Amino acid sequence: MAYYIARRLLLAVPTVLGVCLFTFLLFNIFASPEAIARKQLGKNPTAAQVQTWISSHGMDKPMFFNFERGRDHALHPFDSRFWNHMKELVLFQFPESDYLHEKVSSLLKEKIVPSLTITVPAFLLSILITLPLALFIAYYRGTYLDRTALFVCVILMSIVVLNYIIFGQYFLGIVLKYFPVYGYEFGLGAWRFVLLPIIIAVASGLGGGLRFYRTVMLNEVRADYVRTAMAKGVSEEMILFKHVLKNAMIPILTVTVLSIPFLITGSLLLEMYFGIPGMGNMMLNAISNHDYPVIRVLVYVYSLLYIAGSILTDISYTLVDPRITFK
Amino acid sequence: MRLAVPSSHLSIAVKRIKKDSLAKAGLCVVCLFALVALLDVVPVPTHDAYGLRWGRTALDVIFQKDVEKSYSPPLARTGILNRQEFPLKARHLLGTNNLGEDVLYNALKGVRTAFIIGIVPSVIAGVFAIFFGLLAGFYGGWIDDAIQYVYQVLSSIPAILLLIAMLMIMERGLWQLCVALGVTSWVGLCRLIRGETLKVRQMEYIEAARALGASDARLLFRHILPNVMHLVIIEMTLDFSGLVMSEAILTFIGLGAEPGTGSWGRMIMTADRELPNGIWWNLTGASVFLFLLVLAFNLVADALRDALDPRLRAG
Repeated sequence: MAYYIARRLLLAVPTVLGVCLFTFLLFNIFASPEAIARKQLGKNPTAAQVQTWISSHGMDKPMFFNFERGRDHALHPFDSRFWNHMKELVLFQFPESDYLHEKVSSLLKEKIVPSLTITVPAFLLSILITLPLALFIAYYRGTYLDRTALFVCVILMSIVVLNYIIFGQYFLGIVLKYFPVYGYEFGLGAWRFVLLPIIIAVASGLGGGLRFYRTVMLNEVRADYVRTAMAKGVSEEMILFKHVLKNAMIPILTVTVLSIPFLITGSLLLEMYFGIPGMGNMMLNAISNHDYPVIRVLVYVYSLLYIAGSILTDISYTLVDPRITFK
Repeated sequence: MRLAVPSSHLSIAVKRIKKDSLAKAGLCVVCLFALVALLDVVPVPTHDAYGLRWGRTALDVIFQKDVEKSYSPPLARTGILNRQEFPLKARHLLGTNNLGEDVLYNALKGVRTAFIIGIVPSVIAGVFAIFFGLLAGFYGGWIDDAIQYVYQVLSSIPAILLLIAMLMIMERGLWQLCVALGVTSWVGLCRLIRGETLKVRQMEYIEAARALGASDARLLFRHILPNVMHLVIIEMTLDFSGLVMSEAILTFIGLGAEPGTGSWGRMIMTADRELPNGIWWNLTGASVFLFLLVLAFNLVADALRDALDPRLRAG
């Protein structure tokens, strides 16, 4: 097991380096430093302003290797844009935000908690609600109820998440006044503010989730072991809730990790509407202020999380399926 | 006596949609929307003081109304600006927005944008995916390793962040948006095509074609490509809805097309300020159009997938 984890982690190294390389290409090759400087500096900057911005960000250095002698008359071959970029990301020495003039790492630390207070409960709650519902629908497969539920799912999936947020905020927050509409409080008082975003997040993912889990269950229902269990007289409830559910765990686990990127989108919009000072909000501010260092770091951090998530999923397969062992 | 002709993917799909009344209804709605989009492509000559102009489309000629001063409810005779009523120049079926523009016209203008966003990125992604997927699956070896590495890296960057990063270094615009969406979404399809190519490559008819002296290019594009094309079709129809919705979301977070492009996202954007003041028609107009198109396409896509997807047909 330890060997397997070590090997998976080692295999992830090239991918992580690839992500670093990709962000370098994106922000240094595809976009010239000058273009970035002009966007960041806003309307009509002077040539001198652009030059100072570029040199203060170290973007006037050579691309890959530095063959010029520095102030101390020594060679610093790795003092180049590429190596500095890689060093920043790989060693977690994140740069400073261009707009807030604060280290991105300290910003991340400050913003991650509010984000997690929405995404984690929403994530767990949606699994807790969707799975039993999907099993229920799978139990009545082929009936009128099943077909109606499927159609409702398609309808729910066809509503853009913006509409869920706008209607939810308007009716539950403004008209019925059940929840505060906007704001956030650090500490335990946060629950009042995150409740409505969580409900909306769960509701907006319900249609797609339900339909997916139903498909997974139905694929299992067609398997041979179900027929065997039926033949020996196991009750249908027992088959569904014990045999099928256990066997369906692998696709379910896979999709839960795959849904992490969607959680980012969801939290982005929710944080914007409900004024929650989290990662999504940070991302939005970075977009509107052309804050490239923040975006660069966020791309890297979220990719790391995603890679870590997929390794964790592979490991968790052993927990749900005794047939899978790792050497 | 007639020989049994093996039914093609297309004829299976047609049969399947004919049987499914929901899919048929969906197809009708999609066609209706497509008609609106086409009307918005056909230029109509108009005369003005400077002579003949081709700047307006058929849709503009039919639906564009005079611009009012500000908001007015659907089918009202008067609008309200600063608590004062003002007379309207024309009747507006869905009212007017804050700039006095006809909401129905704006919503109809969004249809063409939606079709562009729903189709062009898929085509771009399809070209990438077919090219790299075929190469990786057909040649294997280091080519396969290299392509797999690239998509491993790209797929480990969450799509929304990749999109944001790409859109931030590009100029604002509808076509740039299409390129960014296309580049971020080819990976999944590429993986599917690679797998299918691996399977098809070992079939006897490929061996036969090779024995007859067919070149690699001929094998790839004449013999293998048609047999993986159904995957591309399924993926394109399934992606359409998501792409149309992502246009609204991206516009919303400030990364959408340039102002002046018809966009449902931009209409929905102002809603959180309008709803508390009782202005519901702008949001409703855009939302209903978006919902109908996405729903109709979802219904068609489901039927198509059921008909064409080999992974489902086995069951």
